[in-house]
Amino acid sequence: MNDGSADPRDELVTHLGALRAFALSLTRNSSAADDLVQDTILKAWSNIDRFQRGTNLRAWLFTILRNTFYSARRKTRREVADVDGIHASRLATKPDHDGRLALADFRVAFEQLPDEQREALILVGASGFAYEEAAQMCGVAVGTIKSRANRGRKRLAELLQLAEGEELTMTDPATMAVMAASSSSG
Amino acid sequence: MKSSGPDESKPTVERQIDENLRRVYQQMVEESVPDKLMQLLQQLKEQDREK
Repeated sequence: MNDGSADPRDELVTHLGALRAFALSLTRNSSAADDLVQDTILKAWSNIDRFQRGTNLRAWLFTILRNTFYSARRKTRREVADVDGIHASRLATKPDHDGRLALADFRVAFEQLPDEQREALILVGASGFAYEEAAQMCGVAVGTIKSRANRGRKRLAELLQLAEGEELTMTDPATMAVMAASSSSG
Repeated sequence: MKSSGPDESKPTVERQIDENLRRVYQQMVEESVPDKLMQLLQQLKEQDREK
């Protein structure tokens, strides 16, 4: 154990990329994400004594970042877009022949999800935190995180027109429409 | 940290979505970190040294 010798602040630099990715997924705006990461670093730096050595530094930093994000938003009381009201949300996209979605389309769909669903999916679906860790970071029950993640996945599947058991053929009306549109425009 | 490998017990759609989530996240992680954030860490270190 190197308790007391290594300064966890020296490790901050290795988490910058992940912090910025989490900030981007919450703010959906790169300059707001940079500001959020900056505030997070400042808080982490001055409160490093509160970090429990031997625990997950990234989880601690992510917790600071999300608390900063939500408390700033409560202050500004910014209008939140009504995600369900976005009519342009059905994307003209289908998985291509190898079943992979175009990443840009996926990202657009992802950004339409409510904050809590994006957050749950990034924590457990993408960054590899366990449901228990994510629940602790968000201050909610494990079941709440699971349900947010599952609702987010379901919504993404709807937005991307993926249906369980659906054959990825190119003959359904939506695909035909996309293909017709792209051949006439090209 | 849980394993992020392919999980055969998950339905196809869920697997596809999680795979894309990881790709989107990875893409965001790999975006270059702005200089001002690197500089901020550097400044904080220097401030501490001067104390």
